[in-house]
Amino acid sequence: MNRADREAAVRRLLERDGPAAVPPDTHPVAVRAGERLLRRRRCARRLLWLLLCAAAVAFTVWAAWVHPWTAPPPPATDW
Amino acid sequence: MPGPEPSREARRSAGFAAFTVGAAGRLLHTATLLTAEPPDANPAARRLLRLALARTYADWHRLRDDDPYDHARRCLADRFATGLWLRHGVPLRARPPAHGPLAALPPRQRLILVLRLYEGVPADQTAALLGLPLDRVHTLCERAVTAVLHPEPAPVPRGARPRAATP
Repeated sequence: MNRADREAAVRRLLERDGPAAVPPDTHPVAVRAGERLLRRRRCARRLLWLLLCAAAVAFTVWAAWVHPWTAPPPPATDW
Repeated sequence: MPGPEPSREARRSAGFAAFTVGAAGRLLHTATLLTAEPPDANPAARRLLRLALARTYADWHRLRDDDPYDHARRCLADRFATGLWLRHGVPLRARPPAHGPLAALPPRQRLILVLRLYEGVPADQTAALLGLPLDRVHTLCERAVTAVLHPEPAPVPRGARPRAATP
């Protein structure tokens, strides 16, 4: 028995039972779970944006306060 | 004047409803083969189906030209494989006793055999899906085919174990 024959025999074995009976509530349950997944993803995305905005605001405030781009004053040399 | 365009959500729910009607039966059969449960008592397979369908629903607009069936099957296989990793097969392998033509196979060989032969996924895609080298997929598939066609005689029956015999 060559490889193709053996694979065909297994395929017949796998298809023997035919399609299973799908429970009638599969579609509504899947839709509900899918909506929940979408909500969770939206939530996560919103949270990330919020974090990003907060970080940007914090940086701006800090930079406006500290002026990190100005050179520090030269060291005092009065000795 | 033509009616308004159906909204994104309306298109999703219409498309998904049609998809479920067409694909759920075959997907459930695939899941039942994977979990090696009897076709009329397959809670783990139904759970796999629900999870795969839910992810397909959530990803509906991202699919674009991708076939939703391919996506759902990928989710199913993914989920089955992660289940094996995460809980080390407690809900799947501890379920007594495995049923159907693939009962004697270890879960990963079952997954490869079902993807390759029942679903007709090409070997390279199966390898990519499972993160295995291509020749490993060939080897495991070959081994699984042999095991299914020439099952070994059943090992020691449960009652004959020495541990079970001692009080």
